[in-house]
Amino acid sequence: MTVESTAARTPRRSAGNKAGTTGTKRTTSTTKKAAGARKSAEPALVQLLTPEGERVKNAEFDKYVADITAEDLRGLYRDMVLTRRFDAEATALQRQGELGLWASLLGQEAAQIGSGRALRDDDYVFPTYREHGVAWCRGVDPTNLLGMFRGVNNGGWDPNGNNFHLYTIVIGSQTLHATGYAMGITKDGADSAVIAYFGDGASSQGDVAEAFTFSAVYNAPVVFFCQNNQWAISEPTEKQSRVPLYQRAQGFGFPGVRVDGNDVLANLAVTQWALERARAGEGPTLVEAFTYRMGAHTTSDDPTRYRGDEERLAWEAKDPILRLRRYLEASNHADEGFFAELETESEALGKRVREAVRAMPDPDHFAIFENVYADGHALVDEERAQFAAYQASFADEDGGK
Amino acid sequence: MAEKMALAKAINESLRRALDADPKVVVMGEDVGKLGGVFRVTDGLQKDFGESRVIDTPLAESGIVGTAIGLALRGYRPVVEIQFDGFVFPAYDQIVTQLAKMHARALGKVKMPVVVRIPYGGGIGAVEHHSESPEALFAHVAGLKIVSPSNASDAYWMMQQAIQSDDPVIFFEPKRRYWDKGEVDTEAIPGPLHAARVVREGTDLTLAAYGPMVKLCQEVADAAAEEGRSLEVLDLRSVSPIDFDAVQASVEKTRRLVVVHEAPVFFGSGAEIAARITERCFYHLEAPVLRVGGYHAPYPPARLEESYLPDLDRVLDAVDRSLAY
Repeated sequence: MTVESTAARTPRRSAGNKAGTTGTKRTTSTTKKAAGARKSAEPALVQLLTPEGERVKNAEFDKYVADITAEDLRGLYRDMVLTRRFDAEATALQRQGELGLWASLLGQEAAQIGSGRALRDDDYVFPTYREHGVAWCRGVDPTNLLGMFRGVNNGGWDPNGNNFHLYTIVIGSQTLHATGYAMGITKDGADSAVIAYFGDGASSQGDVAEAFTFSAVYNAPVVFFCQNNQWAISEPTEKQSRVPLYQRAQGFGFPGVRVDGNDVLANLAVTQWALERARAGEGPTLVEAFTYRMGAHTTSDDPTRYRGDEERLAWEAKDPILRLRRYLEASNHADEGFFAELETESEALGKRVREAVRAMPDPDHFAIFENVYADGHALVDEERAQFAAYQASFADEDGGK
Repeated sequence: MAEKMALAKAINESLRRALDADPKVVVMGEDVGKLGGVFRVTDGLQKDFGESRVIDTPLAESGIVGTAIGLALRGYRPVVEIQFDGFVFPAYDQIVTQLAKMHARALGKVKMPVVVRIPYGGGIGAVEHHSESPEALFAHVAGLKIVSPSNASDAYWMMQQAIQSDDPVIFFEPKRRYWDKGEVDTEAIPGPLHAARVVREGTDLTLAAYGPMVKLCQEVADAAAEEGRSLEVLDLRSVSPIDFDAVQASVEKTRRLVVVHEAPVFFGSGAEIAARITERCFYHLEAPVLRVGGYHAPYPPARLEESYLPDLDRVLDAVDRSLAY
């Protein structure tokens, strides 16, 4: 699967480069060489469900999903469907001008729901800005995720309400916060764990390397969950690393594993394993969920400039939702009534989200000055007073009319 | 109980008191444990409080601040040490984009009681990146508070207050004054953390400074007194916020102001003070607000630093220029 995708991408990337100079040739040959080197090193993915929806045995990880019921499976399916529906609604709302920006998770539902459902309530999540599925698992109301994209706040939820930290936009910063939080758990003598989400692009950031270092040195109970969705805006993973990302862990002294990111069961199992290691005092783990961002990086992005349709089509065949549906149907774990009911629920969610966004009030002008400091600051007080006087001057004008 | 101690020792005693009083306080940084820090500011703390309270970290500044943010989110009150001023920049991203904004981003739901200790400034004959004064780069960022003590008593009490603050505080320690001794009354009731203090009363001109330059300004005032001039010396103590009321009160009395700092003058804290005081005291001023500080050049090698740093004569020249208006 991985070999296939790499091989499929390489020729298109060179074909897409129309410069036609020596530089092009050099790029092509380097890319080919890199791809060749990767082929031989490509690891097997941990996979429990094939794209065709067949359950495959895995000696190491089966035990982490051994007690999963048909109801649990339907629950995972429901999570993925509703998350995708929410995501589609948000994308549509951006197109309608209701949101300034949206970062779609389309294609990454299994990685997020699988890992998200592996968590305990007392675990703590440090997301990027694309973890809408994980937020869903944590019970964060999806409409709360939209405030920052609509531009009414820079967060929108109480991180301690659901042990789900605010979205972090600076790439990789949150991996250090996760590590520090995990160090705190150790100090407290607690047995909860932390999960830090980041992408393939973030793996190049110094902060991620430093988080790996700190977590290893202090044996912090943190799971680094890298969703390798193949593209950091327009840059493919080959521009981030010459080795498979999960192998980065080895140099820091903790295990790394690559899981089929489009297989919700495998993500659940592997994350359970990593969390159990963390809880047992065995320190950090790197999970690389090998997946694909089917849409654009954000609604501002245009993926047609850097990747072709065939790659997307190849990944669509591995769709995370479709494969679980095939399994549910083949194993008689869900009937038509379930799917129909879910469809109705999806539409209701879409409607609720649409209405909630449109009803979202603009913040009060004075919110600019709120919460800049916990203990106050003389300059903020002074400028708030100036702003109030300025605002009041308009009120006087209006009053005079 | 008053005791005479060096400024570095005062910070050490203050950290010890904080570690003792609150189990959530942790001290972190490179070499802060067994070595006690390269300036020995954390000397003996790990021995007494253990490795989980006084934490030797990997050599990674962004990691130090980033993990401190995570610890703060978990309810801890980290006091981190950046070994030298010029080494804070790898952590600048975490300080500016995360530490400073987390409280606002969370709409007040989380607090960031993190103290970032930075030994700063020149005058000790160090190599490159060991003598800089980057306070203006932090003062420009909303969400951070910035203080710098000039003497042992302030070092002791301001550190107590910084640790107790629910806001992130960048604590600039004047490293050339680490060995200066002063009285520390550990039972005193300190004034507000961000209030300036008149160190010396005067009537002809106000010298405003903080951190390492306060002592120089006192020497300038002594020298000026021999020439029959009465200078008021103001220790600002805090760079964000700045106690402009205190500066204004002094300038309304003396009608002249010279701001002294080690950092480059261009876009420095002196510029901010000059602008605001001009606005507040336009009709009181007999002369433009003048600034004395570093040049717009990289901090020079040690054998040139005496030419770069404000000294007695440069400040006295500025005093003369002001009085000549």
